[in-house]
Order: sequence, then structure tokens, then C-alpha cells
Amino acid sequence: MGMTEAILLTIITAATPLLIAALGELVVERSGVLNLGVEGMMIVGAATGFAAAILTGSTVIGILAGIGAGMILAAIFAALALGLAANQVATGLALTILGLGASGLIGSAFVGARRDALAKIDLPWLTDLPVVGKVLFGQDPLVYVSALLAVGVWWFLWKTRAGLVLRAVGESHGAAHALGYSVLKIRFLAVLFGGGCAGLAGAYLSLAYTPFWSPGMTAGRGWIALAIVVFASWLPLRAVIGAYLFGGVTVLQLHAQARGWGIPSQAMSALPYLATILVLVLISVRRRGDAQAPASLGTPFVPDR
Amino acid sequence: MAALLEASGIVRRFGALVANDHVDLVVAPAEIHALLGENGAGKSTLVKILYGLLQPLEGTLSWEGRPVTIASPAEARRLGIGMVFQHFSLFDALTVAENVALSLPASTPMATIEAEVAQLSRAYGLPLEPRREVWRLSVGERQRIEIVRALLQNPKLLILDEPTSVLTPQEADQLFVTLEALKAEGRSILYISHKLDEVRRLCDRATVLRLGKVVATADPRAETAASLARLMVGTEVKEARATAHATGAERLVVQGLSLPATDIHGTALKDVALTVRAGEIVGIAGIAGNGQDEFFAALSGEVTGDPGTISLDGRPIGSLGINARRRLGAAFVPEERLGHAAAPGFTLADNALLSGHATNGFVRRGLIDRSAVTAWFRRVVSAFDVRTSGPNPEARALSGGNLQKFVVGREILREPQLFVVAQPTWGVDAAAAATIRQALLDLAARGAAVLVISQDLDELFALADRLAVISEGRLSEARPTPSLDRETVGLMMGGIHGVAA
Repeated sequence: MGMTEAILLTIITAATPLLIAALGELVVERSGVLNLGVEGMMIVGAATGFAAAILTGSTVIGILAGIGAGMILAAIFAALALGLAANQVATGLALTILGLGASGLIGSAFVGARRDALAKIDLPWLTDLPVVGKVLFGQDPLVYVSALLAVGVWWFLWKTRAGLVLRAVGESHGAAHALGYSVLKIRFLAVLFGGGCAGLAGAYLSLAYTPFWSPGMTAGRGWIALAIVVFASWLPLRAVIGAYLFGGVTVLQLHAQARGWGIPSQAMSALPYLATILVLVLISVRRRGDAQAPASLGTPFVPDR
Repeated sequence: MAALLEASGIVRRFGALVANDHVDLVVAPAEIHALLGENGAGKSTLVKILYGLLQPLEGTLSWEGRPVTIASPAEARRLGIGMVFQHFSLFDALTVAENVALSLPASTPMATIEAEVAQLSRAYGLPLEPRREVWRLSVGERQRIEIVRALLQNPKLLILDEPTSVLTPQEADQLFVTLEALKAEGRSILYISHKLDEVRRLCDRATVLRLGKVVATADPRAETAASLARLMVGTEVKEARATAHATGAERLVVQGLSLPATDIHGTALKDVALTVRAGEIVGIAGIAGNGQDEFFAALSGEVTGDPGTISLDGRPIGSLGINARRRLGAAFVPEERLGHAAAPGFTLADNALLSGHATNGFVRRGLIDRSAVTAWFRRVVSAFDVRTSGPNPEARALSGGNLQKFVVGREILREPQLFVVAQPTWGVDAAAAATIRQALLDLAARGAAVLVISQDLDELFALADRLAVISEGRLSEARPTPSLDRETVGLMMGGIHGVAA
């Protein structure tokens, strides 16, 4: 296995959870809701997914449990931020703190437990192709799911009427309400979808990326996913580029450490987060183009008006 | 003939406020029915009830003789009620066709919708491009989307809320042609307005609301504008009158002022030149979004530029900030009273402090002189008859008219040499509007240079000695108001958006 191939493989596995979580949040933000609790939903998905997989012995059940756990946390967020019109930023931050705590509780019995990583697919002949074989045809199933998800979200938002309604709700909830759409119901479903994606991304971490549970293992990936949504200017296919870029930076620092570039490892570990800050700054400085944030993003909707 | 829509005894309260107090309304088939009233008379509330956006607390509705409850806009549309909102319920980032699609059943394919939009816009003279994004369109075009959207439902009753408040006179004429065509097809129109001339010209019957109650049902063609105004306001409205006075030296001189647009929906200013003399009121007419906001920001110092582009009494002030300009005797009142002119959650006294801290001696050695602020705020309140619910309420607790009197009064009492005001009477009741206009005239008579930026042509013709038109960021030469008529100004306002001949 060549160096390039090895790097490509690690970039893909590093990018996949970022992509899944970012796509979920992208749909949430397109509906006009800012859920900053991605990190919290993600880590609860990681803990629950791992616990369920150990208890049942089934990776599939582990993945489903991770999705379910993310959705439960999202439902809590929705109840507060949509149902009670609480401040979305504060609620999202609280959700992250809650998730970090709850995940420690759920995962405490499973610290140190180990299981095999999610199996990679192995197609006869195709997987054995030089260079591209493993990269294209030898990944675990969730990598393909993340790619399908990206195309699916794009197709949903731009090709279906339901997607149009969701974008409309994010653009102007007052106008959507006036047309008779149920703003809160649509946003609730979007938030649930986002929670499911974050939970899936978390489960990917604990079942495929590093197949064990350790507290705080998401290590800020939820925040990076949020940055990717902004980087992608709320466009799903650009989120793919963003996720792979950030995945690349994450991998770069690992390789740099391994090769001993003489930069302190702490500084290298900080690289993805520095890149996140840099991207956010560049985006806010850049003149606003045609792809802008949904106009109602982050503003609570109170129906009686 | 049986009524198409009949509302009787409609009551709707918001807290202590009775927005609709046993309101009755009957709309006959194939008539254009006016709903007349001042801001706050309860027109919008009634219309929201008819369209299912609000539920009445008491009273009944009947449609074509059958009692109905209209629980949602979808139900209203199913009955055959279409609505065109005053503040358009459009999605700026979406295309015309997407906006239309959102109000249709989900099964209609996009291609069909685009074809129908094209067909309807031809049939009723409402030119539209289905694939353009809404934020690229003029206000008149946006309104056409709303109308087309409503017409696609094939409504028997079309409700229009203040449809001409944002249109040029020519665009309004075009709209009236469309409305007459709809009436000729047997559709009814409920036309909400406070513009009496329009109502008299267009409408078959009028229901007049005042403070939530129906005060009259009249044939507007048999009434005069003055008699309708009396019904609407309840008392005679005093006309603002100028006292004769001479104009003096040039006070405000703007030359070669160009500014790039500050955001994507903004308008760049292109080589703007203007002179306002002492004792003179100059009006700037124009449709919203043609550079008024940018011009105001440049004059007030919210955006600074080259020193020489703006001068006050011969001093270049183009690079000075807001407070420096205030210290030189300028005063400014922006268009948006809640959020720009006044901080909503601050008390009136604190709001007086915010605009007067640099000039009114409110601050000594860095500390606020509360008694000076309070004395000043009381003076404003009494001089401009600002009606408040408590001794010192928050700005947001005031009605539009009272808050506007406060923000204008707080500046005028400083006796500024230059006074720049945007939309001085937008959404303000007739009595408050008269007070404000009189104050502007009196200020000019005392020798100040006054610049009024407004979309209300009636207001500009009543106030301004000279009038200029802003269109696409360019300002026309200011000409004496008596030499202009509404048609000419309207055409200039249309600019290159063009008005169908």
C-alpha cells in the first residue's frame, strides 16, 4: 500500500463523520434553526452506539441506537427552542454540555471495552485494483452512506417540493406561515433529521473510526461540522468539499507528527481548529455572494401574529 | 343579490386593546369594496380574520350565504379567498416560480407553474419573469407575484392590503386596470387603504373603521375626500400651513457624492449633488430601495467619505462622524423609528440621551446629568404632545405616531441649522402627521435648511419648496415644486425600471 493511498484512506475515514454531521446541520439551518448542539448529539450517539453494539453484539443495532440517541437529544432541543421559542444559541450550547455529561454516564461501563471496527467491503477484483481499488471500493458501508446522503440532501432541497418548503421556512417563517405551512412542524422534522445525522456521525466514530469508547472522543468534531456548514454556504455538495478539506487537515497533522517535522505536537493537533477559525473569519470578511445564510436563521418563530 | 362574504359582530382583542369591536362587513359579488381607516383602526386585524390567520373571539362569518369558520389560510383559499399582503409574504432568495409554487398543491409540476405564471401575467398585464430571484425585482414586480399567486387559486374574493403604498402613480394606474378587469370577470375585491382619492376612483362601496369600530358604510363616489377623511379620523384634520419667509444662503451643499453599496441588496450612490438653502424645505422623492438609505447614511455621518462631498455652512463635513456633525448644528431622524431612531427597550429619557449626549449638555465629566436629561425629555413630550402610558415608558410601548413625534421633536427642539428626516410621517395617524409637518414648516421658517426624504408624494408636495427624485442611486436636479406635477415625478421615480405606457 503506497503512501498516497494510505493518506487518502485516512482522509476518507476522518472526513466521513464530519460530512454526515455537517449535512444534518445544513438541513437544520436551511429550515432556519441554528442548533449549536451538534457536538453534544454526536458524542451521545458515539457512547450509545458503542454501548448498544457491545450489549447486543450487533454493529447495525449500535448504529441505529446512535441515530436514535442523537434524535432524542434533538427532540429536547426542539421542545425548548421551537416549542418554547427559547434562545437557540443558548439552548444549543446547553445541549452540548448535556450531551458531554450524558455520554460519560452512558459510556462509563464501557470504557476499555473493545470490538472490531465496522467491516470494510471487499469486492472481488474491484477492491484489488491498484491505488483506486481500496479508496473507491474498499471502504466501510457508512462512507458510501455519507456520499449518498450528500446527493440525497441536495436532491431533496433543490428537486422536491418538500425541500422547497423547507428552504422557504428558513428564508421567511412569517411568509411561510401566512401561506399556511406549519413552520414548527417542518422545523421539528429538520431538527430531528439533524440529530439523527449527528448521532450517526458519533456512532461512526465509536464503531468504525476508533472502535472503542473514551469520554470526550468527538474532540470538537461537532464544532467543525458547524463550521463546514458555513464554509459550504449552506450548499450540500460544497459541504463534501469542506468535510474532505477539514478531514485532510486532521490527517495532515497526524502524518506531520509521525514524520517529526519538529513542530510541537500540541500545535499540530490544534491545526484543524485553527483552520476552522480561519475559515469562519475569511467567510465573514468575504463580500457576501449570492449564496447567503437562510434569512430567518436563528430567529425563533412565535406563531400568533 | 346575496352577499359573497358577510362578517357580523367580529370581536378580537390583543390584551387590553380591542382591535375589532363588533365589526360588520358585507362584500357583494363583483364589487370593489374599500376598507378605510387610519393605521391602528383595526383593518389589518379584520383582514387577517377573513383570511384565517387570526380567529375572532366573537362574531360569525358567512360565505355565499353559508356560515363558515376559516381556521387557516389554506381553508380561506379553498373557499375562494385570495390575499395580497402589504408587506409581501415573499421569499427573497427564491425565484418567482418557486414563490408561486409554495402556494399551490405540491403535485403541480414546476414546468406547469412557469407556464401558468407566464399565461396569467399576459392575460392581466402583469409582466413577470418566472425564473428571476425575488430580491432582484422592483417593488411593483414583487406585488405582481403576489397578485399572480392569488389569481392562480381562481379566487372569488381578492383582498389587497394597502396595495399602492409602495407604487409609483403609474404602477398604481396599471394595478387599477388589472383590478377593473378582475371585477369585470365577476370577482370581488376588498381594497384596504387610507388613500381617499384612490378609493373614490376605484371602489363601489366603502366600510370605514375607526378605533376598531365600523363608523360608516358609504358610497365613496357620493362622498368627498374631506367627508371621508372626517369619517376616518373623527375630527377635522388641520392642514399644515407654511408662513411666508425668505430663503437665505446655501446651508447644505452636496457635490460629487458617490458611495458603493454597503450590501448586496443596497444601491450605490452615483455622483449626487444637492443644495439646500436656509429657510428652505427640499424633498427627495423615490421608490424604496433607490439609494435613500445610503443617502441618509452619508448625510448623517453613519457612513463617512471625502470631506468635500458634503458641506454645512461652507465647512466640509463629509469625513466627520455623527456627533461632530451634530455639534455643527445638524440633526437627523432616520426612517425606522423603532430600532434606528430609538432603542425599543430604552426609556424615552434614555433615548433622548442617546441622540443628545454630544450636544445637549447631558454629560459632565463623563457622568450623566439625570436632571438635565429628564428636563429635556419632559420638554419634548409637552412641546410635541407625546401621549405616553406612564411618566417615562420604554420606546416600544408608544404608538407609532407618538414615538415619531418624540424622535422628531427631540431633534427639532435643539433648533438645528440643518435637519434631515426620512419618512417623517410613515405609518403615523393623521393628527400626529399634521403636527410633525407643521413643525417641519415652522423650523424652515425660522431659517433652518430642511431635507425631507419620503416615498409619500402627497407629503412632499405639501411640504417641499423644491423637489428632487432619487432613482437607482442617482439624484435628479431639484426643481421648484409648483413647476412639477405628480405624473412627471412619478415617471422620474420609475427611472429605468420603466413603466408600461
